[in-house]
Amino acid sequence: MDGFKQIMLGACVMAMSSVIHAQQAHDFKGLGSPAGHEQIAGWNIDVFPDGTGLPDGQGTVALGEKVYKTQCMSCHGVNLEGGLGPKLVGGQGSLASDKPVKTIGSYWPYATTIFDYVRRSMPFQSPQSLSNEDVYSVTAYLLSKNNIVPADTTLDAKSLAAVKMPNRDNFYVDDRPDTKNERCMADCLKK
Amino acid sequence: MNEKDASTAAIAEPAGSQLKPASAGTRAARRNFLLHSSAVVTAVATAGVAREALAADPTKEAAADAAANLPPNVPKWTRSLGSPTASPYGKPSAFEKKAIRNMYPGLKEPMSAYSTSPLQELDGTITPNGLFYERHHAGVPQIDPAEHRLMLHGLVERPLVFTMDEIRQFPCVSPIYFLECSGNPSFLPPYGKTAAEVAGLVSCAQWTGVPLKTLLEHAGLKKEAKWIVAEGADGAAMTRSIPIEKCLDDVLVVYSQNGERLRPEQGYPIRLFVPGFEGNMSIKWLRRLHVTDQPGYTREETGKYTDLMADGRARKFSFVMECKSLITQPSGTHKLTRKGTHEIRGIAWSGHGKITAVDISTDGGNTWKAATLQEPVISKALTAFRFLFDWNGEEQVIMSRAVDETGYVQPTLDQLIEARGKVSFYHNNAIQPWKIATTGEVTNGRV
Repeated sequence: MDGFKQIMLGACVMAMSSVIHAQQAHDFKGLGSPAGHEQIAGWNIDVFPDGTGLPDGQGTVALGEKVYKTQCMSCHGVNLEGGLGPKLVGGQGSLASDKPVKTIGSYWPYATTIFDYVRRSMPFQSPQSLSNEDVYSVTAYLLSKNNIVPADTTLDAKSLAAVKMPNRDNFYVDDRPDTKNERCMADCLKK
Repeated sequence: MNEKDASTAAIAEPAGSQLKPASAGTRAARRNFLLHSSAVVTAVATAGVAREALAADPTKEAAADAAANLPPNVPKWTRSLGSPTASPYGKPSAFEKKAIRNMYPGLKEPMSAYSTSPLQELDGTITPNGLFYERHHAGVPQIDPAEHRLMLHGLVERPLVFTMDEIRQFPCVSPIYFLECSGNPSFLPPYGKTAAEVAGLVSCAQWTGVPLKTLLEHAGLKKEAKWIVAEGADGAAMTRSIPIEKCLDDVLVVYSQNGERLRPEQGYPIRLFVPGFEGNMSIKWLRRLHVTDQPGYTREETGKYTDLMADGRARKFSFVMECKSLITQPSGTHKLTRKGTHEIRGIAWSGHGKITAVDISTDGGNTWKAATLQEPVISKALTAFRFLFDWNGEEQVIMSRAVDETGYVQPTLDQLIEARGKVSFYHNNAIQPWKIATTGEVTNGRV
């Protein structure tokens, strides 16, 4: 009997352990370290249309012209007419024509995008080398040259987010499919 | 590719078949010579003739000695040793020179540029990693995986930083998906000579990585989450916003392509992969995922990858690459060398799912017949199609038209222009015509 009990006990333990094994939750908790505020702040450079993400500081059109001449002119031209880099002025009113000119002034819906893009990707050869003051300033200069803000403008987080770009309301969410081709098999060119 | 190289492509017969057989006398003399020199050949081979063979210009050698390797002679490679085993990384045959990526015509600046897959040289549906199309905005960074991190933050319970080793410890998947640039090609001329120039910004591979959903659940996604702004670690710090529904569906954080680690030009050590959506959303060298309640309206999703319509308004968030097909063989710069039956081959794909049919027209679009689809047909992957047709030496225009599981039928360029105008630029998935001349030469039917 003792032997039988032991066998039964053993069988129960085995059955229990297999149940435990089957019910064991997957555990990946150890993967990844907590991202601290400082770490996130160092990497998170996203700027949103409502101004979220814009840093402290400010910049003027006058300083922006200086920044442009030293950092941007070689690619975008003396008069922002473009070269190796795209044209940065003009095009307003051209979008419905056969030759639309898409610039930050004529096409981009949000001024915050200029700040975001210049800070993260420009100058082309040395991205993320400009100070926040430089980026605010060159953004102000570009907006001024597109006649979107006056030449004496000083931009900061609040005023930049408040700039309304000329083309803002002319975007709509993807509504495709927009073609209705038929699966015609014969005499299709006559139809 | 230059035209001279391309003119002998694909459907032309093997070069050797045009050579006349050697006379009986010549053959006997040659056989005699070979017999006597065989001992020398063996000795040289063991001393490293393999190295010599690699260094020699194979084209010149072939021209001078081709007849010696044709029947009834036994070829020299049968009578000698080949290259040694275990070269560290295999390369294509030295005779395959046309299957290379090329800069898109007109592009001179290589840092913010793109190169195409040589579709007219490829068979099947999986693109070799070294020929996968590439697009960069600030060159290709060389990143040490030990020093790379992926940060996941924003609307999550636990903001986290992952090492590459940690990413690889999550359960992974290995699906097959195509990737296509939204500007493949533009609506405007020049329309391109080869299949690669027409639509070489599409490729397909098996991707291995972690479902983004797994990482989001691991970090604890908050209810307010609506978008994820993904950012690359390259000099462009490229960013795109992706709807959370897509992120929880089939988006992957990928580290391998066709079984090997990503190539640097494909985002090594990790990239995002957003199946069926325009290529630039699959952020390479991925370093940050910012979970938000609004899209970033980044430069790419406002100033670039939006679709300007004829009325001056523009379509935004046009993410999906719609159904499309392309005949790759015969295609521009190929040549039919004889009258008779030829097999038309090509690829079809849809960002909405599976391809259900590809139809072929050999009369410029007046009549169509269904092509055979190569199994397996995989959702959001390239599908190969084949169709036999008889060419009797007349001028003909051939084209393919794909249908996907949503019932969408690939449109003509005229239909696209009617709907969007000529300046829309992105998302051109029009039917592509190829013209076969009476000489058998194939050119772009659109020019």
